[in-house]
Amino acid sequence: MLLDRRGAIRAGLAAVAALAAPAVLGQARPRVVVVGGGAGGASFARALAMGGGGGVDVTLIEPSKEYYTCFFGNLYIGGFVEFASLGHSYAGLAVNHAINVVHDWALAIDRDPRQVVLAGGGRVPYDRLVLSPGIDFIEGAIPGWDIAAEARMPHAYKGGTQVALLKAQVAAMPQGGVFALVAPPNPYRCPPGPYERVSMIAHHLRATNPTAKILIFEPKEAFAKQQLFEAGWSDHYPGMIEVLPDAFTGGVERVDAAAMEIVAGGEVTRVDAACVIGPQRAGRIVQVAGLTDATGWAPIDPFTMRARADPFVTVLGDSAQPGDMPKSAFAANSQAKVAAMAILVDLLEAPGFAPRYANVCWSLIDTDDCVRIGAAFAPTPEKIATVDGSAFLSAVGEDAETRRTNYLASLAWYAAITNDMFAGSPSAAATR
Amino acid sequence: MTTIIPRVRVPATAAPGEIVRIRTLLTHPMETGRRKGPDGVVVPRWIVTRFVAAFAGETIVSVEIDPAIAANPYFEFDARLEASGVFTFRWTDDIGAVYEVTQDIVVG
Repeated sequence: MLLDRRGAIRAGLAAVAALAAPAVLGQARPRVVVVGGGAGGASFARALAMGGGGGVDVTLIEPSKEYYTCFFGNLYIGGFVEFASLGHSYAGLAVNHAINVVHDWALAIDRDPRQVVLAGGGRVPYDRLVLSPGIDFIEGAIPGWDIAAEARMPHAYKGGTQVALLKAQVAAMPQGGVFALVAPPNPYRCPPGPYERVSMIAHHLRATNPTAKILIFEPKEAFAKQQLFEAGWSDHYPGMIEVLPDAFTGGVERVDAAAMEIVAGGEVTRVDAACVIGPQRAGRIVQVAGLTDATGWAPIDPFTMRARADPFVTVLGDSAQPGDMPKSAFAANSQAKVAAMAILVDLLEAPGFAPRYANVCWSLIDTDDCVRIGAAFAPTPEKIATVDGSAFLSAVGEDAETRRTNYLASLAWYAAITNDMFAGSPSAAATR
Repeated sequence: MTTIIPRVRVPATAAPGEIVRIRTLLTHPMETGRRKGPDGVVVPRWIVTRFVAAFAGETIVSVEIDPAIAANPYFEFDARLEASGVFTFRWTDDIGAVYEVTQDIVVG
């Protein structure tokens, strides 16, 4: 029989499928599907594959072929790390841990009969599903700020091109120009992140554009590490940064990205560059799966990270309601470990364990001046709660060596967590 | 030297007898004199010690400020006005600097 080339390939695939399907069913390996390959999802996929010892079939659905971490994006803006060093390949997860990495977009979750619907048209069945899609912005929350406006007023609060765009726009500001950051209301990803970002932009401007000004439109009465940032700004960037609380301005009513205007309390502020970090909610797939409540985030069981609304679905990281934990990469990675152990108990009857969580967030204010906040956490029936006496925070006025040690620790953490997420995949930087 | 920026928000107009909200913000580090800088040396005390708001030359609000007040002191108050006039807002700090802003309001 003669076959054309396409026909031969079709026949070949059919034969492989026919052989493979019964073999997989025969092994009855439980199928765990992970949506989102960030600090929660990638850490989870690797922890489950390692802990499962080949007994679990792990599929990771993530649209990006190369993942740019949002964390450390501020250090790139400040000129402390290269953009390429933030990019990571998923090859290590595939090669070292036999994780099936599917580069597609999860459109919907069919919770009965437990399938993920992909934008590319496929359906992926699961026995357990883990959703870790991060944050999305609440559409329409700031009139005038939509996806088109993000080109001129980037959020830069998801990694990659948005961060590069913001850095380029800050660099293009005229001498003595004005940069504005519109800070988000609670709760949001990385509580000190907007203020580290302001510090890094000030660091850049001090060298290139020292008469430039930075305005922060601030909806919160207080923000993370506020006294540490205020003292640091006073020390390193005196007179450059102004915080305009909503109490004073009346709050941001709308923005005009074409005119580069921010309107607050009826008063128009013209700016040369802006970063607008809008109000946030759980990533879209968690919403469409019906796992969120009125807060916009997904309630979870504090002992396992399982969604309260569906025991077959786990929600990790920024999309979850984390109790006392902040939304951070460190926290998502910590939650991933607990969730992986909980699913191994569930599926493979692995021994029980006592869940514990941890978080540390570092913020760089200027060269070698890095502050940190952190705590240990344990589950209670109501929420993930801070362990009494475990919380720590850098002190105002502490010595320079402590701050420098913090910075070195933050670099070591970046190397450790990205290795934990990507299984030693060489970062893009190392391969270029 | 740090540039200290006083900002105020006063409505441009008001009806006679209307109560209007006046908001003031001074971006000022409010150094207590008890904090060490990155060089290990104590940062000298530098705080705003007094805030005075006047309308048509008459003091309407006067505040003594201590080091316990956080950076960037924010004050708001309400005023009921019967006639047009000029608000004067004046902050004085303990290095002798005075920051002053005036703002008209048309009542009628």
